[in-house]
Amino acid sequence: MTAVMQIRDLHLRFPTGRSLADFVTGRPGREVKALNGVDLDLKRGETLGVVGESGCGKSTLARCIVRLHTPSEGSIEFEGQDIFGKASRDDRSYYRRVQMMFQDPYSSLNPRMTTGQILTEALKVHNMRPEADIPARVAELLDLVRLPQDAQGKLPHEFSGGQRQRIAIARALAVEPEVLIADELVSALDVSVQAQVVNLLLELQQELGLTILFVAHDLRLVRHVSNRVAVIYLGRIVEIGDSETLFSAPSHPYSQALLSAAPSLNPDNRGAVTRLEGELPSPLNMPKGCPFHIRCRHANDVCRKDVPALQPFEGRGEVACHHVKEINAYA
Amino acid sequence: MSMEDQKPILEVNELNTTFHRNGRALPAVRDVSFSVARGEVLGLVGESGSGKSVTLRSIIGLARRYGDVTGQVRWKGSDLVAMPDRVLRHKQGREIAMIFQEPMTSLNPLLTVGLQLEESLRAHTDLQRKARHDRAVEMLDLVGIPSAAQRLKDYPHQFSGGMRQRVMIAIALAANPKLLLADEPTTALDVTIQAQILDLILRLAQDMDMGVVLVTHDLGVVAQTCDNLAVMYAGRIVEQGPVRDVLRAPGHPYTVGLMRSVPENLPPRTPLSSVPGVPPSLDALPTGCVFAPRCSSCIEPCLQDRPALTLITDRRQVACFNPVTNAKGNVA
Amino acid sequence: MSDAVFTPSQPSRIRLALRKPGFVVGILIIGFSVMLALFPGIFAPYDPNAIDYLAVRQPPSWTHPFGTDLLGRDSLSRVIWAYQVNMQMAVLATVFALVIGVVVGALVGYYRGIADLIFGRVVDAVITFPFLVLVIAVVAVLGPGLINMYIAITLVGWVYYARLMRAEVIAQMGNDYAAAGIVMGYSDRRIIFRHLLPNAITPVIVYWMTDMALAILLGSSLGYLGLGAQPPQSEWGVLIAEGRNFISTAWWLSLMPGIAIVLTGLGFSLLGDGLADLLRPRG
Repeated sequence: MTAVMQIRDLHLRFPTGRSLADFVTGRPGREVKALNGVDLDLKRGETLGVVGESGCGKSTLARCIVRLHTPSEGSIEFEGQDIFGKASRDDRSYYRRVQMMFQDPYSSLNPRMTTGQILTEALKVHNMRPEADIPARVAELLDLVRLPQDAQGKLPHEFSGGQRQRIAIARALAVEPEVLIADELVSALDVSVQAQVVNLLLELQQELGLTILFVAHDLRLVRHVSNRVAVIYLGRIVEIGDSETLFSAPSHPYSQALLSAAPSLNPDNRGAVTRLEGELPSPLNMPKGCPFHIRCRHANDVCRKDVPALQPFEGRGEVACHHVKEINAYA
Repeated sequence: MSMEDQKPILEVNELNTTFHRNGRALPAVRDVSFSVARGEVLGLVGESGSGKSVTLRSIIGLARRYGDVTGQVRWKGSDLVAMPDRVLRHKQGREIAMIFQEPMTSLNPLLTVGLQLEESLRAHTDLQRKARHDRAVEMLDLVGIPSAAQRLKDYPHQFSGGMRQRVMIAIALAANPKLLLADEPTTALDVTIQAQILDLILRLAQDMDMGVVLVTHDLGVVAQTCDNLAVMYAGRIVEQGPVRDVLRAPGHPYTVGLMRSVPENLPPRTPLSSVPGVPPSLDALPTGCVFAPRCSSCIEPCLQDRPALTLITDRRQVACFNPVTNAKGNVA
Repeated sequence: MSDAVFTPSQPSRIRLALRKPGFVVGILIIGFSVMLALFPGIFAPYDPNAIDYLAVRQPPSWTHPFGTDLLGRDSLSRVIWAYQVNMQMAVLATVFALVIGVVVGALVGYYRGIADLIFGRVVDAVITFPFLVLVIAVVAVLGPGLINMYIAITLVGWVYYARLMRAEVIAQMGNDYAAAGIVMGYSDRRIIFRHLLPNAITPVIVYWMTDMALAILLGSSLGYLGLGAQPPQSEWGVLIAEGRNFISTAWWLSLMPGIAIVLTGLGFSLLGDGLADLLRPRG
């Protein structure tokens, strides 16, 4: 499998509260470091899951890929073309190939446009079909996402959350993209509806040969839909690898803790978990060294000083941890 | 912990809550009955619109401001539903405490955490100034907030989401209540923080010998924390019983569907079994069983009559004419 | 109670809005005012400029319900003919400010950056002065008269619309449908005018209604001061000014146009409140 999307050393810093006095004196303002050197390849046809807790940078990463944020450093290449390069920065045809779906089904659709108008607009702007064929294509798209035809004349508020996400999927698919970025696509939905939308996404991927970046905080979901998974902590990938391997035998202490914190349906599993102490440090003042060392029970002086690099570990994928060997030796 | 032979402290009988919108009656809660014993954690599970939160709010008297509440809520020999507001207010916070989903909005952003804690203590206890301060420090300490004495002077925004929920719990439990109503207390939190907060609630329930009603949409949370479980759908309890029994062999098709929607112990990238359709709108409930239109084991009587909760084993109740036998959820 | 599913099948919005008596009264007042402004000849019993020296300053009677003025002209007819000028004032003094303000506000709110910083300073500069003082200053430069008054009010007034629009567009940008528009590869123009504007404009429309009432007040004030409409034109401010020296002997001269001002202002306010409910998106 070849990489369609190559993300290299991506950094994103948001300035916060730089006062006028700071401008005058040239003092740099405080910065939120949302991404701190992310390297990631998205391979054609795969589903790459990105998991992490809120504020870890996973949504920021997704938004960088569709140029809703501009990175401070690093590059994102789509088929060898830097998407932030001079030539391609304003190229809107990029969005015919890479599409995104958003988390909140109540804000991602224009409340004043009917489903039919939303889909027609997408088809027209990108000249996807000759004018006369557009109504037929709209009908086709609704079929594709299993919505009834009478949905065309309805406004978003007339739909449930799950149906709205179907409309959002249909809108994204209207331009026949190759890559779909799904940012917490189902996390606002009820469990039984989540399952419907996840099934739809998997079916569509098969049918249309899509490449999907699936960003979510729900580990069970990510495990279920992904071929590969990247675990993000404080703007860095701490572990990446084959989904089944990573979930059945996580190597990074953070992945391990994250996994064991997810509540299992089996009541007999109670207590057999490693609880993670403390909370996510503020991205305003990042810890030195390994971003995880404050909460890690294996941390020592090395961890407090040096940032571990992402390195292959025993054929299990790549892990960014100084002590990965010891930890997994007696695990 | 065994809860057999334990006398329940809270008994809810035939609770009904109806809201009115644009001249239409919306049956938000129908015929809900359950009980909670000291030290017991009861999980109330359901999707949005199932009436689980409204049930909680009906117990503590919040729902009566917006709608009609009938039935009985037996608490310490009296009935909370029939109780006048003035008397009920005396129970709220002192004997029965409630915590909410959003720790951001449930705290007053303009007052220090210490003031809010002491306010709760002043309202619900007879402690003097000095004793209140000591108790406030003790409570923050109890809920696991480091350097509690200093943090009393901090404002809510100086705490993280998880810490704020701890503060909420400290405020709720300051007066030593005997029942805690928790409305999705961990839904807004990350999994690692959720695990910490759930641990905390469990530990406090045991230490303080307190009953807990935990409202959640996450069956996993119930599996990991609750003793008993009641599954709600469209305002009704469709199944209830001990957590282990229900999750091992769910009897109601909706419970089965809910469990199977969770991708756990399934081959990856296979279709999840989902419950087709969406929950009915409260003003257009089907005539028979409320779940019938989405149910795969629907039979003739389901379309005419509403099944009542009936015992299927010694401790388990299911409201279904055609309950699922030996269904396996995803529990291995 | 976030948790209850409520029905999407509600009675239509217009019908709901029409249940509010205030909105209905507002529609009636403004509807009737518009009729008077369009067809004063039909409603006015006399020629507003017909002088009758035999019937000077007569109190209200059956033949002259609002009495007559110092030249014997019928006050009712003059108040009715004034609707033409004053309603025109409500529209012309505000509509250009509305359009400019909406466009500038939407652009500045969408692009932010340096334009937004400059706009912020303009707003600061304009709102530091009372509205009336600024308008009078501009009229003083341009010279009195209706047209110059419209120009003056527009020059100052657009800032208020733009400020409101900018804030509303920025708030709407927080919704993912705006981000979705960008990701769909839509042009900025489409996102701003087709997606953001219809969702952001409601408070601006509501403000427009109250602003029309204010424009009538302002126009009348300028007319009263002699900076707006010029006599012998029938205009409420001019009419009030004409009656000001006779307030104790011929009170009707100032009172009747005053009532017309209050009533129209009330009508616009009620209409604005009703529209606010009607235009708010659902869901």
